[in-house]
Amino acid sequence: MSDEPLRPDAEPRGGGSTLARFGRFLLSGNAVIVTLLAFVSALVLGGIIIVLASPAATTAWGRFGHAPGAAFAQSWHAIATAYSALFIGSIGSPRGIVQAIASGDGHSISSAFYPLSETLVSTTPLMMSGLGIALAFRAGLFDIGGQGQLILGAIGATLAGFLMPGLPIYLHLPLAIIVGAVFGAVWGFIPGILKARTGAHEVITSMMLNYVGLNLLTYILTTALFQAPPRYQPVSKVVAGTARLPLLAGASLRVNLGIVLAVACMVGVAWLLQRSTLGFKFRMLGANREAARVAGVNISMQYVLAMTLAGAIVGLAGAFMVLGVDHRIAAGYGGTIGFDGITVAILGRGNPYGVGLSALLFGAFAAGGRTMQLDANIPLQLVQVLQAVLVLFVAAPGVIRTIFRIRVRGAGRVFGGWSG
Amino acid sequence: MSDGEAAAVQNRELRKDLAAVRRRGLSAALLVLAAIDLLVFARTASGASKTIFELNAAPALRVPPIHIPVFGTLVGLGIACALLAVVQYLWKGNPRTFLLLGIGLALSGVAFLAWAGQGKTVDVEGLLTTSLIEAVPLTLGALSGLLCERSGVINIAIEGQFLIAAFVGAVVGSATGSLWLGLLCGALAGGVVGLLLAVFTITYRADQIIVGVVLDAFALGLTTFFLLSLLVPNQMTLNSPAVFGPIPIPLLDRIPIIGPLLFDQNIMVYLTIVILVAVQVALFQTRWGLRVRAVGEHPRAAETVGIKVLRVRYRNVILGGIVAGIGGASFTIGSTGQFAHNMTAGLGYIALAAMIFGGWRPLGALGAALLFGFFDALQFTLSALSAPIPSNFLSMFPYLATILAVAGLVGRVVPPAADGQPYARE
Repeated sequence: MSDEPLRPDAEPRGGGSTLARFGRFLLSGNAVIVTLLAFVSALVLGGIIIVLASPAATTAWGRFGHAPGAAFAQSWHAIATAYSALFIGSIGSPRGIVQAIASGDGHSISSAFYPLSETLVSTTPLMMSGLGIALAFRAGLFDIGGQGQLILGAIGATLAGFLMPGLPIYLHLPLAIIVGAVFGAVWGFIPGILKARTGAHEVITSMMLNYVGLNLLTYILTTALFQAPPRYQPVSKVVAGTARLPLLAGASLRVNLGIVLAVACMVGVAWLLQRSTLGFKFRMLGANREAARVAGVNISMQYVLAMTLAGAIVGLAGAFMVLGVDHRIAAGYGGTIGFDGITVAILGRGNPYGVGLSALLFGAFAAGGRTMQLDANIPLQLVQVLQAVLVLFVAAPGVIRTIFRIRVRGAGRVFGGWSG
Repeated sequence: MSDGEAAAVQNRELRKDLAAVRRRGLSAALLVLAAIDLLVFARTASGASKTIFELNAAPALRVPPIHIPVFGTLVGLGIACALLAVVQYLWKGNPRTFLLLGIGLALSGVAFLAWAGQGKTVDVEGLLTTSLIEAVPLTLGALSGLLCERSGVINIAIEGQFLIAAFVGAVVGSATGSLWLGLLCGALAGGVVGLLLAVFTITYRADQIIVGVVLDAFALGLTTFFLLSLLVPNQMTLNSPAVFGPIPIPLLDRIPIIGPLLFDQNIMVYLTIVILVAVQVALFQTRWGLRVRAVGEHPRAAETVGIKVLRVRYRNVILGGIVAGIGGASFTIGSTGQFAHNMTAGLGYIALAAMIFGGWRPLGALGAALLFGFFDALQFTLSALSAPIPSNFLSMFPYLATILAVAGLVGRVVPPAADGQPYARE
């Protein structure tokens, strides 16, 4: 760590008017400002990509010499269509919401709130996987195995969900959630114990376990235990009604208890990290491994605990998806959510509340992206590009500093190579 | 004691313990292989059945197929594996940890094929050809990772470099009609992703693993976005490139068995061999390679003797991107032609695994890539034989093998000492 780039950029001090202080605060580039500027940069880059993919706009640019105005008009049209669909799909049309509430009609109210409900539905697993990965980050561990842990959590919740029909909901639902967490915990425990016992790097082991989990999922969906009769398709049996997370806002909206539990987990993780002895040990480990060792922290033990706990939390993401929304698993379940959890954790800078907000943003992106694809005919994957660019800039604040010519305090390194 | 030194001491102690564990563990693994041979395969094999191993189906140089009596072969191979286990247990200080396990795995592979193909014909030639073709992108990806990591930059973006290069290769190959131009642009596209990785991690010293992971997500999103918005509506003009055909090498391709396997392949296979040899020689026999390795092991010392650390790292990361780009182009213009959504399907990560499994050495990476390719190809062979083994367990093999490798149970893999550490001049 002797090569740690420490920037002596001091915090702006001194007096002056409030406005001057505010100006210095802006230029000092704290985390919020960097995130905002990164967000703007991502949207600009996204705009360029939208224009490149829009035939009308590219044709207009081809005739730039004849009609320069048309090129800008077409580009602006393409960008505006895409981004407004993204906004409406994630938050809804403000006017529509007001009108629906004014009309008092239950059906139109729920359709006005549909985008928000979808945003919260997408936020839930992102928040959970982000929280788990952020917890590992804080202990100086890079859990890249979110995908595998999420899949295992989903498998566990599904298994408990269909295997024991007839249990009352107050037993069945908690049981299914716990089994999901335990399955995820196992997938986190393996990299943890390997690191503690053999020094194997958790990035490699957890990444490899992603694919082991993916293949395990494909395999169990061919077994008589899991596969839904008549066993033609790779989908599992359906979770019993008693193991499902209750809906929060009527049958036509998918928003369910999962988001409430996820917020509770966020508070729980924040408490764990800030207020508990265990969390203090994790943070010591993350801040300075050698100092933690000297202070008598059992490092191996903390590795195992942190990874297991991270796995359990990410496993809950899978459990909430199954029990709250899909009620069954299929081949490739979870998509890239376990991976997106990494970007959520980075964007939230490992702070649980930051992770919660990042998950909300990415959840809005996901919900809006689906609308954008349907209404504006712009592929959903634009959202993935926006997220990647956003996180790339957040991870390298120096880039933002160069682009916008502001001073940024160096963001601490999360992680230090294979041998670290 | 600095952080690094303490870690080194701890690592050394771990390694000492591991040597004993590994010796016993490997012996136990061989014993398990023997037990599977004898107790599972041989017990369920019927005494009189035979398996036919087809070696050369091409009529021009037909090699007669080999008929193997299943039961006798299984018993023989099982006993051989058990003997290997004994040797492994007694041979303290075995300098080549891989050797016996490799032999054991190969024997078990033959036993497994003989058992799975009872009364049927096993297309050995097809199996080996598919393994080789699967190994091409894996080897190139592993070499890409190796070029970067030997200079101290972790390259997790191999997957992203593959995807973007596969995409660019297909589009350029299709739009211009020139496969060579497609290959060139694919390679350059990989280099551009390498440049991005370099700018973010070397100049701006962002976390290398984070940047790599995010670049992968970026590449997946970007290629899928343009696939759906540009290529799908213009499938004929933008996404239907030709593919490189096989180039038989005169005379050599007439050698029975290995001729068609090694000397009647497309340019990708030959190019991979050339790059492999070039990287091996350049890294270990030239002054350039010495400098690269010095930067990867101890950048401060390298800087002291006048090596430009950042420049070496930039050059290697871009070079690595280009090599991965060639590997990526092989997915489209080297084999199937069209670009498809997420067509690399995590092979970039297997390539990374192959690099680690191969101990950060070019030849090791080739061996690992061939092994992983073999297990991938085995799935096709087994489904052709309708063998009672779920293919998903075979797909898991590369990942499980890599986990065992980094856990130090197989061989001994040591990354370059400064791998992953950003460097700042004082």
